[in-house]
Amino acid sequence: MTKMKALVCRECGKEYPTKAIHVCELCFGPLEVKYDYDEIKKVISRKKIEAGPHSMWRYGDLLPVEGTSSHSIIGPHAGFTPMVRAKNLGAYLGLDELYIKNDTVNHPTLSFKDRVVSVALTRARELGFETVACASTGNLANSVAAHAAAASMQCYVFIPGDLEAAKVLGNLIYRPNVVEVDGHYDDVNRLCSEIAGEHGWAFVNINIRPYYAEGSKTLAFETVEQLGWRAPDQVVIPMASGSLLTKIKKGLQEMQALGLVDRVRTRINGAQAEGCSPIATAYKEGRDFFRPVKPKTIAKSLAIGNPADGYYALKATAETGGAMDMVSDEEIVEGIKLLAQTEGIFAETAGGVTIGVLRKLVKQGTIKKSDVTVAYITGNGLKTQEAVVDAVGRPVRIQPSLVSFEKTFKMGKNGQG
Amino acid sequence: MPSLRFHIRFPEEKVKEPIIYQIGHEYKVVTNVRRADVRETTGWMDVELTGETSEIERAVEGLRKKGVLVDPIELNIVE
Repeated sequence: MTKMKALVCRECGKEYPTKAIHVCELCFGPLEVKYDYDEIKKVISRKKIEAGPHSMWRYGDLLPVEGTSSHSIIGPHAGFTPMVRAKNLGAYLGLDELYIKNDTVNHPTLSFKDRVVSVALTRARELGFETVACASTGNLANSVAAHAAAASMQCYVFIPGDLEAAKVLGNLIYRPNVVEVDGHYDDVNRLCSEIAGEHGWAFVNINIRPYYAEGSKTLAFETVEQLGWRAPDQVVIPMASGSLLTKIKKGLQEMQALGLVDRVRTRINGAQAEGCSPIATAYKEGRDFFRPVKPKTIAKSLAIGNPADGYYALKATAETGGAMDMVSDEEIVEGIKLLAQTEGIFAETAGGVTIGVLRKLVKQGTIKKSDVTVAYITGNGLKTQEAVVDAVGRPVRIQPSLVSFEKTFKMGKNGQG
Repeated sequence: MPSLRFHIRFPEEKVKEPIIYQIGHEYKVVTNVRRADVRETTGWMDVELTGETSEIERAVEGLRKKGVLVDPIELNIVE
């Protein structure tokens, strides 16, 4: 089965072969994968998916790679993370049916990036690349370096010399080539764009981006399957580039078009941090374009001030009747604590953004009590412990004696409890 | 001859200025606008600059000095 028809320009519709290209030569619009749904429909079914691997690769028929056998996949364990029925958090917020899609335990690097990177590297190898690269300050570098190590591929990670180097240096455990560029974020951005154009490398979020981004659809597929083959009424999605939001919408639409779910009326809601909210601000001001910003937020994994898919995210939310909102750094920390203390899930700062905005949307009445709601938690809290270290209190200190223990906790004869 | 693609964004006070024309005259680059959306209060263009690499870089600096935002065509890719 040839499931990929072409790469197609999202703006002018011009089609290209499924190679390592990402920009339309005619109008410079972004390219995305176009599938042959008639062919896919012949082979895909709920039964086949349910009999597939316990990973996102059970949806291999809808992913942009040619082979999905276990030996050709890089990152075969990514995805199919728990869908947690969040009864405690739901009760706290006043929602009857709230779920947390828990990508804090995604394999191997504990963030949703493992989904997109698994697809990107699998496709990169199919296209003949043996060197992969990315520009990153965190989760993406982590995932690319780990997958490249497991696949024995050469790996380059570009980081700005003035930004959070220590965080990325943890990736050295995987032995990538970490290139610290003597410059700011914008300099790295431009340099990587130029390198991707000049050298024959697979830059996962540049020339492999049409394939890479498709990995996010698996969050939508898993949502539908794990809810018992039904689509939720509301989803809340954190936004950085905006790509995740647009691909969850695309995934839901594909499920409907292929007859895998009866009805999709999901409202797609976007969440950003106040310190970097170009997309949510445009939504609130009723604009169909966003203004770039200089990020200043603790939610570093969402700190994209000039988001590539911002326009498309605005469109996706508007088309589904969804909403967007943003939260302050304090509300982000509160959101992290609330999720941890009600559901036992420790999320990174992006998760605090999602929970904070979920809370706002419920309060505003945008999300209603009876709505089946899914919140996407995209990364593990162990990655951003510095964000909460001053907000979680201190241990109770006692002397090494039973008397001290009982007095402190008012138990037994010494505590008279 | 090298070509590089950029997304440039105009703030409100620069929308009426013929900046692309000026850049083509002040630097040895050929400007080729492929897609654009210019409104009363804002505007953007996807443009290709062709010339020697060093001259393209000078032209990009020149654009920035004129008060417009210049990004690679991919916008932010550091994730």
